Amino acid sequence: MKELSLNILDVAKNSTAAGASLVKISLDLSESGMLTLSIVDNGCGMSEETLLGVTDPFYTTRKTRKVGMGLPLLKMAAEMTGGGLTITSSDKAGESGTSLVATFDTNSIDCMPLGDIVSTICILIAGSPEVDFVFTDTRPKGRVALATSELREVLGEGISLAELEVQQWIKEYLEEQYREIENL
Amino acid sequence: MKSLAELAAIREKMQSKVVIREGMGTTRVVVGMATCGIAAGARPVLNAFVDGVNANGLNDKVAVTQTGCIGICQYEPVVEVYEEGKEKVTYVKLDAAKAAEIVEKHLKGGQVVEEYTIGAYSK
Repeated sequence: MKELSLNILDVAKNSTAAGASLVKISLDLSESGMLTLSIVDNGCGMSEETLLGVTDPFYTTRKTRKVGMGLPLLKMAAEMTGGGLTITSSDKAGESGTSLVATFDTNSIDCMPLGDIVSTICILIAGSPEVDFVFTDTRPKGRVALATSELREVLGEGISLAELEVQQWIKEYLEEQYREIENL
Repeated sequence: MKSLAELAAIREKMQSKVVIREGMGTTRVVVGMATCGIAAGARPVLNAFVDGVNANGLNDKVAVTQTGCIGICQYEPVVEVYEEGKEKVTYVKLDAAKAAEIVEKHLKGGQVVEEYTIGAYSK
């Protein structure tokens, strides 16, 4: 993985695969350059035993193959910069979900660029148009935000967020917000 | 500034189209988007298919979707094309340029781009 946004795309898919109806993805960049990524979902969660194994590359829920690289790669990306990865999860009925927090020191030479985060968010929404995504990117200069529940309210029933016209709108909506905070 | 009002306009436009779309035989382009695919460059490939389908006005005929690991990670980015009444075509080791070519020749022109298929690659 050459971009953090690719790790986000990969790992956030675990949330939708866990049957989450709500996935919150947030990025927070502090003045000092510490970047905190958090992905919180209300999916089925994991047992304590499963949780212990998820950052082991030789652990996977996949049946086709014996390796699972998604979380180990994210952990490595965070640790290389001096940051880290913490995951908490509950599989109790009614309160299940998973919360992932990864920290990165963006001053580190080993910190990957964020890359095309807009594309990542669009693809996540297109891949699971029925899921509610809340995305925020908060930086010292400003904030980018998108909540798909608001879009769904306008679109009404019957028009999927995966429709190309809607996807195009989401892409431009996010790009415009990014341009604005970059020009400040 | 992009506004939600624009989204409402999209809704109006789409509602008239929804009826026509139902029941039509569609082609499905399925892009493998698991860790293996993403790491190998599936994201720009997916974007190229979406943009290409859009630019060629194939929206009503072709659906671009995502799936997990297809099971042949060494060939990623892998894309499968399902057409009604035809055998599935598996394209391997794609990039954005090859994806654009497939949109042009296969999805638009109806000719499978043999040289990018798994059959040609494993020879």
